[in-house]
Amino acid sequence: MTLDELQEIAEKEREEQKKYTHRVNVSVAAGCLSLHSDQVLKILETEVQKRGMENTCKVKGVGCMGLCAAGPLVRCEPQHTYYRGLPPNQEILSAVVDNLDGAPLPEFALSPDVPFFAEQQKIVLENCGVIDPERIEDAIAVGAYEPLLDCISNRTKDEVVQEIIKSGLRGRGGGGYPTGLKWSMVAKAPGEQKYVICNADEGDPGAFMDRSVLESDPHRVLEGMAIAAYAVGASKGYIYCRAEYPLAVKRLKIAIKQAERLGLLGKRIGDSDFEFEVEVRLGAGAFVCGEETALIASVEGKRGVPRPRPPFPAYSGLNHCPTLLNNVETFANIAPILRKGGDWFASIGTEKSKGTKVFALVGDINNTGLIEVPMGITLRDLVFKLGGGIPEGRKFKAVQTGGPSGGCIPEQFLDMSVDYASLASVGSIMGSGGMIVMDETACMVDVAKFFMDFTRDESCGKCIPCRVGTTQLHGLLERISAGEGKMEDLDTLERLGAMVQKTALCGLGQTAPNPVSSTLRYFREEYVQHITEKTCAQGKCACSNTPAATAGE
Amino acid sequence: MQAYPESVPLPSSDKRWKLVEATIRRHGHKASSLIEVLHTVQESFGYLDCVSLRFVASSLRLPLSEVYGVATYYHYFSLKPPGQHTCVVCMGTGCYVKGSGNLMKAIEEVAHVTAGETTPDGKVSVVAARCIGSCSLSPAAVFDGEVMPKAQPEAVKDQIRRWLDHDAR
Repeated sequence: MTLDELQEIAEKEREEQKKYTHRVNVSVAAGCLSLHSDQVLKILETEVQKRGMENTCKVKGVGCMGLCAAGPLVRCEPQHTYYRGLPPNQEILSAVVDNLDGAPLPEFALSPDVPFFAEQQKIVLENCGVIDPERIEDAIAVGAYEPLLDCISNRTKDEVVQEIIKSGLRGRGGGGYPTGLKWSMVAKAPGEQKYVICNADEGDPGAFMDRSVLESDPHRVLEGMAIAAYAVGASKGYIYCRAEYPLAVKRLKIAIKQAERLGLLGKRIGDSDFEFEVEVRLGAGAFVCGEETALIASVEGKRGVPRPRPPFPAYSGLNHCPTLLNNVETFANIAPILRKGGDWFASIGTEKSKGTKVFALVGDINNTGLIEVPMGITLRDLVFKLGGGIPEGRKFKAVQTGGPSGGCIPEQFLDMSVDYASLASVGSIMGSGGMIVMDETACMVDVAKFFMDFTRDESCGKCIPCRVGTTQLHGLLERISAGEGKMEDLDTLERLGAMVQKTALCGLGQTAPNPVSSTLRYFREEYVQHITEKTCAQGKCACSNTPAATAGE
Repeated sequence: MQAYPESVPLPSSDKRWKLVEATIRRHGHKASSLIEVLHTVQESFGYLDCVSLRFVASSLRLPLSEVYGVATYYHYFSLKPPGQHTCVVCMGTGCYVKGSGNLMKAIEEVAHVTAGETTPDGKVSVVAARCIGSCSLSPAAVFDGEVMPKAQPEAVKDQIRRWLDHDAR
């Protein structure tokens, strides 16, 4: 397929869509689906047919619209009205169809001008909730695969790499390594066979950005991978996706087949000599497989255990060949950068953190869901403006970023800018984008224990600092939460944490103590209270139930 | 010429082995397909037993120890048969903050088993998940594949009791 042929498909599809005066988009991403949005979609379709409007009104299943707290979400065009929490009820949905031209039903209407929608800037998610993720023509109509074919016919490999370097894009999976630099390393690495791998093993609990992108706009990720393959000289790609995301896997597989059929993946892409095949590989529930060398071992069918670097995967990765490994969100940024230019991307965000970032807002927050905002936004805006604040009038206590590798950020830093460097300066990390908000009822010792339990369990056991260290750290926290801690335990936690951080083999171990050290730093008084008063003020820990605590011993 | 390993005889006439064999063939008997093949076995039979591990090992020409190592390394694979019904409680951070610990306690109270176990009558398996990605609907529990958003301990207990009392859904 050539660029002209692609544009022809896009034009035809756009013409086709123009005949509809009304469009009703129903979110069928996993969040809304579990609230039965598939039934909502069906009923709406029947209601439209009943009225003989199927040639003027298009009812379509689309991806994630972001505001999961208000699911199932429906968006009506051209009025730009949202409906929230629509039940699969025929009477109500029939009224929705009747009111397509009038004012939306007040009890379910949701204004697109609320800060949650209005304050976002969408690059990665621009097509999520707009296109049908299972129809490639829909994606092509909004410009998918144009940047890829344009690269193949009009740009050299080096020009593509330079454009990514210019954009200042950094890895969105957690580490934040400059993407362009990684690409140029792989491009320069000697070797006949090279690979591109997409890390879709979104392991951080409390994060679902990648899942939403894969479920809502899989072609965006495939295109990013194909452009990367062209730039670094790879011919084979793998998407390593969590087995826990069956819908994402299904839609990815559909997307791959459709792209192959149109000659946008496979052999002779864009009628050139460039070929790129993609396969999905299922993960099997090992958190450490988010680490690149462990992930590669898992793609090879082995136990996902990390190995020391160097050699870096850029020189020796999958099957000992040069391998480019990026995260889903990183790949999803590629096509827009090539369409609009690296300078455009670099103009968004802060000096050292370019572009936008997708965050998952979860926990004690009103507007749970997915948002995409420019880097540099303040935490306060995220939590209170877009997030709508804390439910039931309770007080904000902390926000946890970066999953088990991150830290808890207390109230005094709410006005801090959200970028790689600022988050690191307060003992957390950007991570993949999970933001877990905790209100005053959260116990920070309990939270630290929760994360240590997680990393202890997920430690692969290869290196001693991580295997033994996380177990010891967890044991100390268990003791403190049971009301049996001693004051010197706090020093031991700090010392042991620092030791694990410095000596563990991979990122999992090196960052595992972060939740403990950050809570010790900002919420030390809670630890002290558990030790001296043997009680948990929030009633979350075992000590609040022991006779010792009730007897005030 | 590349020599392909000869096919290993199927362990029994059970048709599900054909599915496993198809996956093995699709990947050209390559050792790198081990995890994919184990996924097919678990999807078809519900769990991995000794017979299937041996079959996979000889089909892919891998030592049984390595196959066993991979099968036990990953949380997703189970070496025990699942119960008639499965209840998964998400213990991801989002759900934990919203009280999934209480859900688990409630389930353990009525089912009398802890996470990772199956009731002695084989009716209900209780599983703790790391994160099912439904963080915005936390706390989430999954009953036989159906997500219960914003699950409450009482509702969860009721469902488990229904499963335990009758065979009805």
